[in-house]
Amino acid sequence: MQEIFNIFIKSIFIDNMVFAYFLGMCSYLAVSKTVDTSFGLGIAVIFVLGITVPVDYLLNEHILKPGALAWLDPGFADVDLSFLSFILFIAIIASMVQLVEMVVEKFSPALYASLGIFLPLIAVNCAILGGSLFMQQRDYQSLAHATSFGLGSGVGFFLAIVGIAAIREKIRYSSIPPALRGLGITFIITGLMGIAFMSFLGIKL
Amino acid sequence: MSEEKKEREPLFSSKNLKLLKEPLNMSNPITVQVLGICSALAVTAKLKPAVVMTLSVIVVMAVSNVVISLLRNGIPPRIRIIVQLVVIATMVILVDQVLKAFVYDVSKQLSVFVGLIITNCIIMGRLEAFAMSNKPWPAFLDGIGNALGYGVILIIVAFFREFLGSGTIFDIKVIPQGFYDFGYANNGLMILPPMALITVGVIIWVQRYRNRALIEEN
Repeated sequence: MQEIFNIFIKSIFIDNMVFAYFLGMCSYLAVSKTVDTSFGLGIAVIFVLGITVPVDYLLNEHILKPGALAWLDPGFADVDLSFLSFILFIAIIASMVQLVEMVVEKFSPALYASLGIFLPLIAVNCAILGGSLFMQQRDYQSLAHATSFGLGSGVGFFLAIVGIAAIREKIRYSSIPPALRGLGITFIITGLMGIAFMSFLGIKL
Repeated sequence: MSEEKKEREPLFSSKNLKLLKEPLNMSNPITVQVLGICSALAVTAKLKPAVVMTLSVIVVMAVSNVVISLLRNGIPPRIRIIVQLVVIATMVILVDQVLKAFVYDVSKQLSVFVGLIITNCIIMGRLEAFAMSNKPWPAFLDGIGNALGYGVILIIVAFFREFLGSGTIFDIKVIPQGFYDFGYANNGLMILPPMALITVGVIIWVQRYRNRALIEEN
């Protein structure tokens, strides 16, 4: 239990998707103009990461890993399908996003209205595929570990994007050298935020 | 239609050359179109992974641009994203297997970022914006051009980060020992992830300072 919680905290602060691995940068830069929209995108990312990482974990454990197919027949024990993981993960993500979109539309039209436009965007967000690939690389031991990693990474992305959106809303009123306006200053601020987040490196979990 | 027929003439007509050159500066995928930032930043602590990454992106991008351009009339618009993803993912699997076979240590360093070429927005973006509506040859040039524009930024960032951060270029020591004896120290901060962002920020600054047309309002 303790360890699961540790993974959660670690993936939010220490291995933050945006500041430590630069994942999901494209949508991070494109959708962070106002706090409202970035809030919506952040929630959608938590949602989708929380679903796709566990599903991809099961897929990896029972189909892709070397020897994972042993449950089918002992003869398959030395089959290694891990080279297929990219294509399967991306297929799972694309279909999960579609599924989530339909479910949300059916059961919570209000949430759908606020997430609506962001859900399809998320299918090609590197943070989502990155979450699954990191999960595969780090070889978590149980479904619960993988789920808490997925949720934690989502929360980390959420914090980062809402933070930068708040800063960008304020910074509109300051005078920035013309050539640095817009994209340039956003990069530099993200860098500074990243340095601030590095102070969490000292936490030993 | 008539214009398309004329294109027969030289393979490197000025229009085609423009496709190759534009992305290097005026419509650079990273600093102007803001595509494909994720992988650009993560692999730039050293030059070697940056160069390998650039080559992989060039291959994936050129081939998938050509494939999609050949298929463009046969793809139903509603499922085009899936088709594009499948083409890209197949190419990336090939590149990943080749890297694992021939440059295993670099492939380890790049870790998940080879896989993330699939969701690299440059590739999706160019397939969607260019290859879906153009012939294979211009699509091929557009792919090469954009991948090179991406690579140029990657290599500039990696050069500065490796030079200032570890005092090496391609793992060869370039700062003489004498400097260290005088008290020069490598700037360890340059190796850390946040400095990649700041380096790109500065590159954007310099580029926009020289190209006033690119400056954003607001």
